[in-house]
Parts: sequence; structure tokens; C-alpha cells
Amino acid sequence: MANEVVDHGRRRFLTVTTAVVGGVGVVAAVVPFIKSWEPSARAKAAGAPVTVDISAIDAGQKVTFAWRSLPVFVVNRTKDQLAQLKGLEPRLLDPQSSNTEQQPKYATNETRSIKPEWLVVIGLCTHLGCVPDFVPDIKPEPFDANWKGGFYCPCHKSRYDLSGRVFSGVPAPKNLPVPPYHFVDDTHIQIGVDPKEAG
Amino acid sequence: MANLFDWVNERAPNLAPTFRKHMTEYYAPKNFNLWYYFGSLAILVLVNQIVTGIFLTMNYKTSALEAFNSVEYIMRDVEWGWLIRYMHSTGASLFFVVVFLHMFRGIMYGSFKRPRELVWILGMLIFLVLMAEAFMGYVLPWGNMSFWGAKVIISLFGTIPYIGPGLVEWIMGDFLPADATLNRFFALHVIALPLVLLLLVVLHLAALHEVGSNNPDGVDVKHGPKGNRWDASKPIDAIPFHPYYTVKDLVGVGFFLLIAAFIIFFAPTFGGWFLEHDNFTPANNLVTPTHIKPSWYFTPFYAILRMIPSFFGTAIWGVIGMFGSILMLALLPWLDRGEVRSVRFRGMGYRIALAVLVISFLSLGAVGAGVTAELIPEWFPGADATTLENAFGRVMTVAYFGFFIFIWVYTHFGLEKTKPVPERVTTHD
Repeated sequence: MANEVVDHGRRRFLTVTTAVVGGVGVVAAVVPFIKSWEPSARAKAAGAPVTVDISAIDAGQKVTFAWRSLPVFVVNRTKDQLAQLKGLEPRLLDPQSSNTEQQPKYATNETRSIKPEWLVVIGLCTHLGCVPDFVPDIKPEPFDANWKGGFYCPCHKSRYDLSGRVFSGVPAPKNLPVPPYHFVDDTHIQIGVDPKEAG
Repeated sequence: MANLFDWVNERAPNLAPTFRKHMTEYYAPKNFNLWYYFGSLAILVLVNQIVTGIFLTMNYKTSALEAFNSVEYIMRDVEWGWLIRYMHSTGASLFFVVVFLHMFRGIMYGSFKRPRELVWILGMLIFLVLMAEAFMGYVLPWGNMSFWGAKVIISLFGTIPYIGPGLVEWIMGDFLPADATLNRFFALHVIALPLVLLLLVVLHLAALHEVGSNNPDGVDVKHGPKGNRWDASKPIDAIPFHPYYTVKDLVGVGFFLLIAAFIIFFAPTFGGWFLEHDNFTPANNLVTPTHIKPSWYFTPFYAILRMIPSFFGTAIWGVIGMFGSILMLALLPWLDRGEVRSVRFRGMGYRIALAVLVISFLSLGAVGAGVTAELIPEWFPGADATTLENAFGRVMTVAYFGFFIFIWVYTHFGLEKTKPVPERVTTHD
């Protein structure tokens, strides 16, 4: 049964098909290892919505709640603070919240909130994810002589106003994100669920 | 003993010649100076990291709940645990000291140039793996700076368009750095990356021994006259590694260990540079340290990241700049077209450019480490510190990249006026 003539075309076909099938097998075998790095079922379950009591937050105060282990700032803004928002617009990067990824539709307004006084934002700088400091007082600060109150990131000096809108000329590229949330009643909000979903 | 040697030799006849080629009878130029200590010192530190690392894993607990306390347990309760940990943490910083000097030597004497491009590329890969290894090792104690350092560095990948946010979750295995992150970093730090690192080191040395070492004169001893005291076929200006360079390197090792021991025993945190103060408090995902700064060896690259502002609605430019600053180094063999290797015979422009590179690198390190943020308000009271720091940092970033652009222009268009390179090393006989 000795092959007198070697069929090179056939041999190349067999080599290539073996390599392709083997390659597909290798790729398929890699998938489970890559997928194993994704958040586990337990980590995802820990990301469930949370309901928090906001009745104890006085005007001008900020309280940080944890949702999906992310710090969520809830700020009860004063009339004074709200009055400053309009005048800041020329100094902001995205004053009209045009970037739709950064907030749900119901928070696409000047105060970036459902109720004007209540600001709910994820307290992670959009630059590299540090937690910005809450600097609410309307007075000159070392980092901004014309400070109208807001958030200041100690890591790379990004600044946000009291609606979480980012200033121009700082490292952060976007406004602080507003998480999905809704008012369960006047003193409770649920973070992680849109008003519509809640019915 | 002789019988055993014969027994092995009969079954593996290539073993002894290979050992002689790469170790004892590796012929190296005879004019190595102080700058040539750092290669062998890097191997010494690598061995130290592996040995002390193995012993640290015996008491370290890989869990977000227990990691911080297990490190304190090593420091306080494990017999000599403090020494082993300080040897490991000091070793990490000294690894970078040694590697930076080793790389600078390569740039200064043109060791990256033909025919040693492969040696240089393998070295750059070692540098990359070393940075990943050091970063993940810094996360393991699960202090607050570990946590926030990890968060910032992983967030870099979030700036990539489209896949970024998903990629960040994939790397962390959670929505924030968490237990899953710690565990996978541990696996990479103690198993995966050390294996890659060792393989790359072997390849780096194999590639080097194929083409032969460069030297402070940048003279090609392999192409010079042949015939030295030991071997008529070997270069006249080369000497066998053993005993000449083994003995020389032992002097370097002794001096290096003296410095290392001083740091380990008297200044293990090195004033907050080798071990940062914020890392002596446990990780807290709701409180950011006042100043997040990476370990000192990352600060120049980190400063470039910080100094490049975001535009077009994305922060990716800083990330590109940071990785680009490392890529530039890797591309040096192709950017620098000059025929002359050593700075000793290169043009004045090259010498000035090299000085600019060193100054910009150190200045960016100071910016990244927050030194300028502290000094500027002191030196220029009343001035806008942020604007001044940004101006300084941006000038230094331009200077850093300017080095590589200048080198290409300078050599590609033949602007360099070099001195004649001698036939043999300048210190022969």
C-alpha cells in the first residue's frame, strides 16, 4: 500500500483542517478560564437594590450609602446651594447633562435629581474612581478661589459642583453618575431601581 | 564524585559545555565598570524575592477579611517574620532601583543597538512583567493604599472605549476591588508572573550570550582582534566570566547587601517611600486616602497619566501617554539610528538629551509622588499651586517624550557629530 506519489494538495488540506479544528478546540477550552474571572453569582447577588432612610439628613448634609459596594452620596441641598447651580454653567464641561450615560432620563435636568433638593450620585470620580470629598461651603478654597460648593477629588484634583457636574479643565471627563433610584415615600429612597420599574 | 560527573556527562554530553558557555567561560569585555553591577544584582534580588516570597505565603491568608491581619501576624507573632517581610518589601523597591540603573546603563552605552535589539526587547518585557508583579504584590496586604491603588490602576482599563467598563469588572471579578480580586492577584503574583519572569530572564541571558556583552566604550570586541591568554579563538579584549566577573560582582553584592541591610533594619518604610503610611490601615472602600499615590517606582509614569487632561469626553489620552512612555523605551533601537553606541564617543546633542531624559524622569517622579504638590505652595505662596504643578509636569512630560523624538531626528538626519570609535577598548593592556 505504499504511496508512490505524494498528494501535496491533500496533505496540505489535512494539515490545515487539523490545525483549524485544533485551534477551535483550544479557543473553546480557553473560554471557561476567561469567564471564571467575571463577577460570581455571589458578587452579583450582593449587588441587589438597597432601600435607605433619608429622614435624618439635614439641609446641607451628605450621607454616604453603600450600593453594590459603591459609595452613593445622598445630599440634601439648601436653597442657597441650589441657587448657585445656574451661575456655574459657563465653568462646567457638561452643564446640560448631555451625556446620557451619566444619568437616567428622570435626572436629566439642572439639579440632576428627581426632587430638586435631593441629589443622589455615585461618589466615584469619573477620572479614576477615587471618592471625592464633599466641600459644601460657598467660600474660597485653596483649589478654587471662586468655590460655590461641590465635590473635590483629592487624587487628581477634579472638581464637581453640587449637582455632580464636572468642571472644565480637570482630569475627570464626565459628570458623576446618577444611579437608578426612586422615592419609596418621602423619607425613603431605593437605590438600584428606576421609578418606572417600581410601578 | 568524579564517577558521578562522568555518569552524567555520558548521558548529557551537552550539559557541561552549555554551563561553560553561559557561566564560567562566558567571555565578556574586560572594561566593565560600576554600571555593570546591576545585571547580576537584579538576579540576586530576584532570588531574594522568590525565597522570601515563598516563606511569606506560609503565613499569609488570601482573603479580604484576613489578609491585612495575617500580614500584621507575620510582623508581630511569626518568628523572624518581620525580617522576611521587610526583606521582601525592601527587595521590591531595590529591584526597581537596580533595574532602572541597569536600563540607564543600556541607554548610556547603546547596549540596545544592533545586534542586541532582542536582548533589549526581552529586557523591556521583563520590566513590564516586573511592574505587573510589583503592582499585584502591593495589593496583597489589603491596606487602604493597596485597595485604592488597585482601584485606580484597574480603572485605567475602563477608559478604553466600548469594552472598558466590562473589562474593569472582568479584571476585578466584582464591582469594586474585592475578595475575588485579591485572590486572583495572589495567584498571579506567586505563580503565574514569577514563572513568566524566570522564563524571560533565561531568554534575556541566552540572547545576551549569543551576541555578547556591550561595554562602556561600545566597541565590538567580538569583531576585534582574537586571541587572549585563555583561548586563541576568543576576543583579545574579553575575559572569562569566572573568576574575573564572579569576583567583581561579589564586591558589588557585598556593597549592595550593606545598603539593603541598613534599609531593612533601620528604615524599612524609607520615610513612607517603600511602604506608604496609608497602607498601615485596612482597606476601606468608602474612604479614599488623602493622597493616592503609587509606589515610588511607578510615579514617573503615573505623573504622565495625571498631567495629560481628558478631552473629547474621554480620559484615555493619559493612559495612552503612560503606556506610550514605556513603549518609547522599547522602541529605542529603532528610534536611535546612530552608529556609535557609547555616550563616550557620541555627539554633544546626545549627551544633553540624555541629561534631559534623566531630569524629566526624576521630575515626573517627584510630581507623581506628590513632592511638587507639597513644595510649590511653600516656594510660591499665594500662587495657584495646581496651575504651577500642571505647567511643570506638562513641561517635563514633553521633555520626556522630546528625548525620543529628538534622538530620532538627530540620528536619522545625520545631525550628530560623533568622535571616532577606537578599534579596541580604551583600557586594554
